[in-house]
Amino acid sequence: MKTAAPTNVHLSLRVNGEAQEVSFAPYKTLLEVLREDMNLTGTKHGCELGECGACAVLVDGVPVLSCLAIARDCEGQEIETVEGLASGAKLHPLQAAFADLGGAQCGYCTPGILMTAKALLEEDPNPSRERIKEAISGNLCRCTGYQQIYESIEEAARRMRETG
Amino acid sequence: MRTRTRFNVIGKPRRRVDGRAKVTGLTRFADDVMLPRMVHCKLLRSPHPHAIVESIDVSRAQARPGVHLVLTGKDFPITFGILPVTQDEYALAPERVRYVGDPVAAVVARDEQTAFEALDLIEVKYRSLKTISDPVEALATPEPRLHEYGEQGNIHRLQAFEFGNVEEALEESDHVFEDVFFYQGNTHAPIEQHASVAAVDGEGKLTLWSSTQVPHYIHRALAKALQLPAAHVRVIACPNGGGFGGKCDLHNHEIVVSKAALMLGRPVKICLTREEVFYMHRGRHPVLMKMRTGVTKDGRITCMHTQTLLDGGAYGGYGTASTFYTGVLQTVTYEIPRYKFDACRVFTNKPPCGPKRGHGTPQPRFGQEVQLDKIAEKLGLDPAEFRLGIVAKPNSLTANWLKIGSIGLAECIRKVVASSNWADKFRKLPEGRGVGLACGAYLCGAGLPIYWNKMPQSGVQLLLDRSGQVTVFCGSTEIGQGSDDVLAAIVAEVLGIDPYDVRCVTGDTALTPVDLGSYSSRVTVMTGNAAIQAAERLRDLIAQAAAGYMETLPERIGFANGRVFLLDDPGKLMTFREAIVLAEEKFGTLGAVGSYSPPRAPGRYKGAGVGPSPAYSYTACVVETEVDRKTGWINVSKVWIAHDIGRAINPVNVRGQIEGSVYMGLGEALMEEQVFRRLPPKLSNALVHKIPSLLEYKTLTSLDMPEVFTELVEDPDPNCPFGAKEVGQGPLLPVMPAVANAVYDAIGVRIDEVPITPDKVLAALEKKAKGENPRVGPERFPDVPYPKPIQVLPPWEGGDGNAINAPRRKSATEKATSP
Repeated sequence: MKTAAPTNVHLSLRVNGEAQEVSFAPYKTLLEVLREDMNLTGTKHGCELGECGACAVLVDGVPVLSCLAIARDCEGQEIETVEGLASGAKLHPLQAAFADLGGAQCGYCTPGILMTAKALLEEDPNPSRERIKEAISGNLCRCTGYQQIYESIEEAARRMRETG
Repeated sequence: MRTRTRFNVIGKPRRRVDGRAKVTGLTRFADDVMLPRMVHCKLLRSPHPHAIVESIDVSRAQARPGVHLVLTGKDFPITFGILPVTQDEYALAPERVRYVGDPVAAVVARDEQTAFEALDLIEVKYRSLKTISDPVEALATPEPRLHEYGEQGNIHRLQAFEFGNVEEALEESDHVFEDVFFYQGNTHAPIEQHASVAAVDGEGKLTLWSSTQVPHYIHRALAKALQLPAAHVRVIACPNGGGFGGKCDLHNHEIVVSKAALMLGRPVKICLTREEVFYMHRGRHPVLMKMRTGVTKDGRITCMHTQTLLDGGAYGGYGTASTFYTGVLQTVTYEIPRYKFDACRVFTNKPPCGPKRGHGTPQPRFGQEVQLDKIAEKLGLDPAEFRLGIVAKPNSLTANWLKIGSIGLAECIRKVVASSNWADKFRKLPEGRGVGLACGAYLCGAGLPIYWNKMPQSGVQLLLDRSGQVTVFCGSTEIGQGSDDVLAAIVAEVLGIDPYDVRCVTGDTALTPVDLGSYSSRVTVMTGNAAIQAAERLRDLIAQAAAGYMETLPERIGFANGRVFLLDDPGKLMTFREAIVLAEEKFGTLGAVGSYSPPRAPGRYKGAGVGPSPAYSYTACVVETEVDRKTGWINVSKVWIAHDIGRAINPVNVRGQIEGSVYMGLGEALMEEQVFRRLPPKLSNALVHKIPSLLEYKTLTSLDMPEVFTELVEDPDPNCPFGAKEVGQGPLLPVMPAVANAVYDAIGVRIDEVPITPDKVLAALEKKAKGENPRVGPERFPDVPYPKPIQVLPPWEGGDGNAINAPRRKSATEKATSP
């Protein structure tokens, strides 16, 4: 028989530019700690096996499947979630474009795709359709058929280039 | 109002009203509900496909630190089922399990991990029973029966209807086509795994937050399952992270967490794993079909005979309705003077099937549309021209007494033919490339609810007050399709305000008037009509108050852009808020309700209650493929699709539904399958899911999805709000047969089943090379003991809607089994 839960680890995670002390069981994934211990439920889960991309967040600017990342390994790293995307009340251009152009239907895969797209646009401010398809090929969406997602990303890229 | 052609909100592409919440991560899905003192639940599921539960020992699990409660079948003596006619499920199986995944026990613990670990400590002794893996086996195996109810042996449901003498019509036809098709089962795979949270409030009453499409049905069924007064149960449908029909049943876990919360007096949550979602299923039925169609040499259909055999899985669920739907809607696309339909659903030891997008109709539509392609070829007709010649007429009755209102199918066909450049491609593209055309139709809401009643199917309540705020309450449920946006848009249009100024409160049985839920593509039409009624009632009050103030007549008052004004002198105006103040002064607190019931259907025979709808939507689709002869790989290069929407309320959402339907249809056509394999006999021949993960259950990714060119046909239907029909399900239907027809055009082989996978393509090519019939598909249709049909004469043969071989009935709707 397995023993009771192991002792919690206690550390500081930097999420959306803020450091927060958090205590959790050492086996917990970044996904679980974000949702359950930090109440950041914007990040979703669809499989918890790294198959669907719903849980994608940025770690040091790179899209990471938070269901496969061990939270304690993320100490000292810069974690970005959908909650940090808007600037105050002002939506990030990606958020605005997804809302305007049908990029989000049920909205469940949306946070993961927004974060993946943010990383893409930081690397390539004017990505081709093919580049966009490749970038989000690890994010499954059952609602949209992807086309309005591509258009949302392209529109956001355009707005971001225009405003510099 | 409904005949207006100029609108301020309707028809304008807009950000959906809940769009901001969805992109900020603020939409609260069921698993995002976190409550103080909340504990977590896990279910122990059967590893056997069919077994007697001889004993369950939960003592070790109960003793585990952190475990609060262990429940078994004896805690749930009441059976349940979503349809009144199939109360065949237990929250936790007390003595018999019927599929791998059937839950037998539940653990509630301080956290998920503890609950999960405690499941291993429960000892269950099973005694295996003979198992049934497919419909042919089910027909041949009357004993042991999976259930004590049903038609006979392991046949759950038999139905047979004949509308005019079909054998006679076949004999008189110039050609008779007979084909057997198979449509493999597949599953919804919403990205949101089902989650539920139950809690007891300060008054001791139960609240359930859940990923459900049908809070009203869950409310009823849950109250019955727990033997509680419904007034003490509140069901809140959280926005669903995709539904597609998979969140329409009352599920075991919803009952279990509710019971546990009542027993513990604290909130209990469950979230299913992805593997559990695959096993819970309730998705597309595998259907074997035989179709016989008579035609004249000039391309008119004389009759059709459709026979279906459904693999139902282990429980009834919505299966009775699914069985009807494999036949009843075959008649609404084309003129079919005589029609016969036999259907059979059997029980097998696999996860229960149920409604998935298109509920029961994509399977026979696939067969029908592929067969029409074969017929056109044999008659030397272009498939598009052939269909244009037989399209059903507007404002007509079908052979089985369905009332067709508006029908934009011909226009849809013309549009996709033009945009795809069909004439230059069909039978003209180089070897390996091809185009295929197919059509489809769907309900705009089932005519009847799943339990018999004479009450409205949708209710809307509106509250306005002096602050200018407008709140709309409705039981309709946001599953991603945009139901809140439809509600807000319609209220805003009628009251002349901005849709973003309307607050939607939806899907909460304690706060919102009954709406039957988000299924059968009913929301736009039913909720929309109820919303128009409520909003017009309030608008009339405001108009009266404003008219009194402006010293004119109420009918001369206009509403637009947040202003209330004189229609013939728009410079004389007040703000909407000022007008509300006048109305509140004159009439007191302002509120109004609206409700909607569909029109009565003309059929009077037993079973006529399934199929009627206030309107039908129509779609035509052309698919272009490239097929690799070496690998059998099918690449869909482009899809053109035109949908008869009546009127688009928000074109952004409409396009999203159409493209999403194409996506899901291509998945069903090319790769998605819910299939099972047997484990060795020592593991009781367990029927386990071959691929219960999102990695192995193949769906199209962004790299696989072709470009989709979408067009709308807007011919407003008088039964629909502002003329708007459904769009969530219909556009899926033509996609699968269009792919099959395109594969034939590309390489000259017929794949008469889905999914159309490379191995089947290669097998058919091999047959072709050997000079054999280049076809892959089922060879024969088994003998099914269909009963003598209920015979009803078509309207044009002197029928009155009653059966001619059964006692007359006053109202078919009263005895109809289910929608």
